[in-house]
Amino acid sequence: MRAPKLNFGDKWEYSPAPESTAIVKIDDQYGHFIGGKFVEPIEGRYFDTVNPATEETLSHVAHGTQKDVDRAVKAARKAYDKYWAPMSPRDRGKYLYRIARMIQEMAREFAVLESMDGGKPIRESRDIDVPLVAQHFFYHAGWADKLDYAFPGRRTKPLGVAGQIIPWNFPLLMASWKIAPALACGNTVVLKPAETTPLTALLLAKLFQEADLPPGVVNIVTGDGEAGAALSSHAGIDKIAFTGSTEVGKMIQRSAKTDHITLELGGKAANIIFEDAPLDQAVEGIINAIYFNQGHVCCAGSRLLVQESVHDEVVRKLDHRIQSLRVGDPLDKNTDVGAINSKAQLNRIRQLVKAGKEEGAEFHTSRCKLPERGWFYRPSYFTGVAQSHVIAQEEIFGPVLAIMTFRTPAEAVQKANNSCYGLSAGVWTDKGSKIFKTLGELNAGVVWANTFNKFDPASPFGGYKESGYGREGGKQGLAAYLEVR
Amino acid sequence: MAVRLGVKKTYKQYIGGKFVRSESGRSLQQLGKDGEFIANYCHGSRKDLRDAVKAARGAFSGWSKRTAFNRGQILYRIAEMLEARENEFCDVMCAEGSATCEQNMIEIQCAVDRCVYYCGWADKFDAVFGSVNPVAADYFNFTVPEPTGVVGIVADEGTALIGLVSQIAATVVSGNACVVLASDEYPLTAMEFGEVLATSDVPGGVVNILSGKKHELIPHLAKHMDVNAIDYRDGDGQTVAQLIDLGTENVKRVRVSKRKARAGWLSDKAQGPEQIEKFVEMKTVWHPIGV
Repeated sequence: MRAPKLNFGDKWEYSPAPESTAIVKIDDQYGHFIGGKFVEPIEGRYFDTVNPATEETLSHVAHGTQKDVDRAVKAARKAYDKYWAPMSPRDRGKYLYRIARMIQEMAREFAVLESMDGGKPIRESRDIDVPLVAQHFFYHAGWADKLDYAFPGRRTKPLGVAGQIIPWNFPLLMASWKIAPALACGNTVVLKPAETTPLTALLLAKLFQEADLPPGVVNIVTGDGEAGAALSSHAGIDKIAFTGSTEVGKMIQRSAKTDHITLELGGKAANIIFEDAPLDQAVEGIINAIYFNQGHVCCAGSRLLVQESVHDEVVRKLDHRIQSLRVGDPLDKNTDVGAINSKAQLNRIRQLVKAGKEEGAEFHTSRCKLPERGWFYRPSYFTGVAQSHVIAQEEIFGPVLAIMTFRTPAEAVQKANNSCYGLSAGVWTDKGSKIFKTLGELNAGVVWANTFNKFDPASPFGGYKESGYGREGGKQGLAAYLEVR
Repeated sequence: MAVRLGVKKTYKQYIGGKFVRSESGRSLQQLGKDGEFIANYCHGSRKDLRDAVKAARGAFSGWSKRTAFNRGQILYRIAEMLEARENEFCDVMCAEGSATCEQNMIEIQCAVDRCVYYCGWADKFDAVFGSVNPVAADYFNFTVPEPTGVVGIVADEGTALIGLVSQIAATVVSGNACVVLASDEYPLTAMEFGEVLATSDVPGGVVNILSGKKHELIPHLAKHMDVNAIDYRDGDGQTVAQLIDLGTENVKRVRVSKRKARAGWLSDKAQGPEQIEKFVEMKTVWHPIGV
């Protein structure tokens, strides 16, 4: 007998449980962080950074141009020659340990600010992003004086100045993925945070000052694509690390002046549910795969491939489950799905959903109420999706799932690999041998078996095919910041 | 006694395990040092290139699924077959004007040794590149290298054999399939090597060798959406720019380097795990521990 459906939404009112913002101090205006100091942009322009949940302006941030980038690259070069290269690897490591500890001490402030500037639920920024940030610095700190052991029989040397461009979906986490290995390997850094989420990187800059990190070892230039292009095509950098869209990644690959490039680009991950999977657990996995961080995840399980025999049951359970997801104030500790990062992104999601409907897929969505202000989107999914549909091929980067079916394991793999991307994939089955057979055939850089969206600094992350190349994390990730001979 | 009339060899392209003429029906003449005619060889076309990529893609899944031990044995077999034919190679290389007979013999023997070197890596690079990762949660987490797929190899123009063999061996040892554009200077030697491959248990399509005019085929190779990577060692700036520009369309892994002299290719420094590493992808797996 089936248990009666629980009724969510209108019937149950939850009391708000907002995290206090009192701990966060936001300046009215931020310059670039260059040579250890906050400096005004050379052309004097600033842009707003907005809280996507309230549409209120949080601060004004320097609009970086070629001139600012030149200045930052010079500062990084000077710091490389003067401080960072001559320093003993042990001391470089100790700086990173110090930074890791300070991040742990300021964890709450970072988490709240991250949710304010980017819209992600405090539950995620507090329990996932910020702890991983500290762990990334802690992990890489230990490599600094042990690099010779990472590549047995080979010699390593730092590359020099690394230009790093990061996205808006995990602003602080991506900054740590980039900065920690670069510094551990003996490089200095010019980092450009995403246009819509610069504040936690700037708070990190203040932390670097307090940690007495030598001036210029990390420089942060804020801005939009203009600053990004100026940085990635700069002749004075020795390495480019980019995380972001495949489209921009291609522009960077074409315009780069260095051979040392790593790209972590888009994805359209297949999440494969076999009929012998533990279905309740798998449904939780689907939720985590696509609705985590509003679906603003390059490795999100945005294509669900369900074995035909369990399709109806999985969809029924999924539909039931998404009704209980709470969408709303990112700072509320009970919120599951926060705000869409920007108006532009919300429009893109709407456009792609419209295309999905027009192509004949059936659209389903949560019935929850949305806040009156801010940019939000209900957790949604499409059934009856064909492989040729736009929503099965293009990255939506929002809380929208495309569901397809398969009959045989071979068909599942064929459909999963039918994508220009190859970042990640999920496999759900109770059978170990089936997991290993399937994961061996998937063209994806990260494969989660009976789980999804797990990250760790010791675990290499990165893509196949048009999802980019190079790895972040683990000993393999170090190779991105070293010359290994 | 009448002088016996020699039989001239027809050089064809090596595609999908077969020796075939160019679809275009065109051929080019290879002339010796003094301008004397040696042989005709195929003037490969865009269609030939597409056929070769298709053959390589078809062969890739089977080749990459072979056991590492088996791939190693096949690379060793290449070495055996090459060693047995060293005089033949020396004749062709001398005729094509690659170097003196003595230098050519050294180059051939080095090519044999290089195959032996990479044969040994076949069942070892996984252990060196891969890892078990100590994540801070209850997961068995490991990273293994996998071949990138179909690799386009533009053969080294400076040597007849050693560059070509080094590039191919380092690419296929990990399970990649490849499409090779033979050098403009020494197409006959490249095709002779095709004959070695054909008799070395290398499955058809794993290595495909085209001849003709490289500059005509390079753009088609670079923009082919089913080619995952490109290996180019001739260092020509314009070609490098072209490879990156066209190759970026599907985010190809493009390896370019400065041109190496013969001595450089012959040196042990020209071989190493980094030559394999460029054309593998790292796959990380998370598997829960517990019930």
